[in-house]
Amino acid sequence: MDQRNQMHRHIANTRKSLFDQGYLDEQFIQLEELQDNSNPNFVEEVVTLFYRDSARFLSNLDQALEKRPLDFNKLDSLMHQFKSSSTSIGAKKVKTECTHFRNYCNARNAEGCKRTFQNVKKEYTTLRKKLEAYFQMSRQVGPIETACRSR
Amino acid sequence: MEAAKELHVLAVDDSNIDRKLIEKLLKVSSFKVTVVDSGSRALEYLRLDDDTCSSRFDDLKVNLIITDYSMPGMTGYELLKKIKNSSTLKEIPVVIMSSENILTRIDRCLEEGAEDYLLKPVKLSDVTRLKDTILNTKNRLPRSCHMNASMSPPVSPAPKLC
Repeated sequence: MDQRNQMHRHIANTRKSLFDQGYLDEQFIQLEELQDNSNPNFVEEVVTLFYRDSARFLSNLDQALEKRPLDFNKLDSLMHQFKSSSTSIGAKKVKTECTHFRNYCNARNAEGCKRTFQNVKKEYTTLRKKLEAYFQMSRQVGPIETACRSR
Repeated sequence: MEAAKELHVLAVDDSNIDRKLIEKLLKVSSFKVTVVDSGSRALEYLRLDDDTCSSRFDDLKVNLIITDYSMPGMTGYELLKKIKNSSTLKEIPVVIMSSENILTRIDRCLEEGAEDYLLKPVKLSDVTRLKDTILNTKNRLPRSCHMNASMSPPVSPAPKLC
């Protein structure tokens, strides 16, 4: 019983640190609030969709950044889509880097775009690792437990 | 009684994630939901719905359309225009969703007849408010209505443009 409580506390702390360290924002809480017993894996389903879509967006951006000359309108449009997805799941740091990228697009700054794109990918990878670890932990205690979160 | 029947919302968004989210938000708010991924599919659905629609098929009737603004092919704005220019579809209230808070864009949408413009990410409170949007639209007199001197003005509240 004690071990279970420890697990719960660990999960709660992990979750809290994701917010405290700025990886996630209020939108993630909105997702959690939509999760219920009829749909106990809703948040993880949405996040999994996010990984899938992100792979596609980032790959498209990689390709677009290879072209010479750069098509800044296309880059901006692609990043807008990725930023929208990131915003929808509450990926705060990722969203910030996306904004920086779009600013460089508007300024037609190729070096800026390439540099910030590396940051976008880095933040995305970091967030993904943390979320995967968090959900894996949550699954170990059972899905119903994760729906009851402490704020 | 109309209030007891589930209101049917057609949601349009090209993003997988946003479609999943809006569907959930609508279902949690007790709407019946149909979700499509483009403006053209939305029109297909509405026209199909319209063909089979007689007073017997009131259950399928769409009570509100909520659409993303930025979509490839047909934008939400273009979809809005097509709906408002259609004699059969123009009475259906349309709400626009967008991640971008651009005043000229908001004005343009409202001028074209959108009931509301919601900033993404859309919240549960935005969605529960849609019920009021639908009811306000129903209480509104049709634009071609003329009142003569013997008629008293309507008591229903004026429509809100948020």
